[in-house]
Amino acid sequence: MADPITPVLTKRWLSPKSWRLATYEQLEGYTALRKALKGTPEQLVQLVKDSGLRGRGGAGFPAGIKWSFMPPNEDKPHYLVINADEGEPGTCKDIPLMMADPHSLIEGCIIASYAMRSHHCFIYVRGEALHCIRRLNAAVREAKEAGYLGKNVLDSGFDIEITVHAGAGAYICGEETALLDSLEGRRGQPRLKPPFPAAAGLYAAPTTVNNVETIASAPYIINGGSAWFREMGREKSPGPKIYSISGHVEKPGQYECPLGTTLRELLDLAGGMKDGIPLKFWTPGGSSTPMFTVEHLDTPLDFEGAAEAGSMLGTTAVQVFNETVSVPWAVMKWTQFYEHESCGKCTPCREGTYWLAQILERMVEGHGTEEDIDTLLDVCDNILGRSFCALGDGAVSPITSGIKYFRDEFLALCEKNKAAQPELVGAQA
Amino acid sequence: MTQAPEEVLFDADIDAKADDLIARYPQSRSALLPMLHLVQSVQGYVSQEGISFCGAKLGLSDAEVSAVATFYTMYKRRPCGEHLVSICTNTLCAALGGDAIYKAVTEHLGTDGKPLGHEQTVGEPGESGSLTVEHAECLAACDLAPVLQVNYEFYDNQTPEKTIALVDALRAGKKPAPTRGAPLTDFKGAELQLAGFFPEDYVTYNGDIDGPSQAVETLRGAQIAQERGWTAPAAEDVPLPEVEKK
Repeated sequence: MADPITPVLTKRWLSPKSWRLATYEQLEGYTALRKALKGTPEQLVQLVKDSGLRGRGGAGFPAGIKWSFMPPNEDKPHYLVINADEGEPGTCKDIPLMMADPHSLIEGCIIASYAMRSHHCFIYVRGEALHCIRRLNAAVREAKEAGYLGKNVLDSGFDIEITVHAGAGAYICGEETALLDSLEGRRGQPRLKPPFPAAAGLYAAPTTVNNVETIASAPYIINGGSAWFREMGREKSPGPKIYSISGHVEKPGQYECPLGTTLRELLDLAGGMKDGIPLKFWTPGGSSTPMFTVEHLDTPLDFEGAAEAGSMLGTTAVQVFNETVSVPWAVMKWTQFYEHESCGKCTPCREGTYWLAQILERMVEGHGTEEDIDTLLDVCDNILGRSFCALGDGAVSPITSGIKYFRDEFLALCEKNKAAQPELVGAQA
Repeated sequence: MTQAPEEVLFDADIDAKADDLIARYPQSRSALLPMLHLVQSVQGYVSQEGISFCGAKLGLSDAEVSAVATFYTMYKRRPCGEHLVSICTNTLCAALGGDAIYKAVTEHLGTDGKPLGHEQTVGEPGESGSLTVEHAECLAACDLAPVLQVNYEFYDNQTPEKTIALVDALRAGKKPAPTRGAPLTDFKGAELQLAGFFPEDYVTYNGDIDGPSQAVETLRGAQIAQERGWTAPAAEDVPLPEVEKK
């Protein structure tokens, strides 16, 4: 059994100036790169496959398999693109990682680029994360001066450039194909898949898009091997994971634990509920993952455990809300977010989120009717699985799960309105 | 002789920076987002002239550039104040006080009993102490909620009182240090860094890079592990797996 907290990605965070090359090199930095460059790309892909590392951006797709989709030839340039557009409500793991230890991401980028025969890697960072952008740029500069980046890395004959690219404020750019459009200088709107990025991604060339935490894990796997990585976590969800605990707990923060850790265990680490006020609802991995309640305190938070309990692991953004928070209010706030961030490309999401927000606003103001609950669920049904990308699916999660567990609260909002003339959204008197 | 407005606005230095951006990408159009940050660093917003400048550099029409500029919330369509104050009002921050902070601050900065509106400016853009205030979506600092940013530097664990003191200081021309980030400059300075240009002066550059980030919350897990002697399993240097040669 691994320890309750297993600092791997976070192991340098307590060191002074952990973001500097000197600190990184003192603490095994760039040793994995030296080892990787002595191997072949095939060996690295095999190792990452063996490790069972799954994508840390939310979907949990096996990273080694994704890497293996890249064509073995180099008829067109290959690109590695890092999705550092962290913006899913509740999610706050990649930004602290990039601030505290940017070189681990840079080393991971170089190794992954070598494994996928890419010579240009882009790190697409959310624009609002200015301090990360600064630190990453500084890390690229330091790595270049030290010979880890650029032409003929460490005399291996391998060339690699890394470009840090700032976004400009659009949640949708966290969707991988929207991110690619944005990186091409367009509106960030998702593309139809297939073709998948490995076939036609950035500039229609073979591309892999990976999350920050996924790529930052690569150097440790290269050094420690797949068996070591699998000593943490569970069989199908191995490895450590940064759980970001926020909200009504005594000690919110970043806790890197083995995958499969439960909320009960996380709450124990985070000092319990704030002021002892009981837990009401929580998200396992951001607002797009259906909410959980006290029933789910012992649900193992890994990809399988969260899915079996009716939600998703997402980004392990554990947002904890106590009994003082109204579920319909929280759901309304999240829905307003999705309405604002819907890119407008497809009708179900663009129109659906617009109406969902209005219905919820009216309900929270106390002008709703019981039929509104059915209307909400009906609109959700027309978005889920029918929108162009996962933003639409995410948008309905808080609503359907909120109504599933807390229908009474939505009904209570309509109670006093029963006698009065109902006000209908969009209807003019 | 009168020059065309864009030549006055975007001088040889900015022109060279735009060329530098184009050279960073395999295809020139990828430089558009950074270039819009660049024109914003000159004017404090993306003006029609800024759009035309980007279009001319990249061989795009004004309409093509406008379509992109209007898609992203960080490109402002009206001149911003010296500082941009972004208050998170997404669910978690809101539940912990973000909505109350936004309300208190906008009322505090409002005039004639009317609160300052979203993306409205108090003071004259270009003048010291002028502020543009906006409500922002999740700023990815939920463990430090409620949070806000000034010119995209973090001010964590806010309260209405703290934020009002902060905006008063900014209005008075002061630059209180962020909780996490570089020493505060101004909105235009932040935009120049977002475009990908950092201070050339060694001391300033290092001061920016080494600006604080190690918040108590960020380090909590690592701290507990250290105190209790918890670690990841010990790793041995194992060889890479053997694979068949293709």
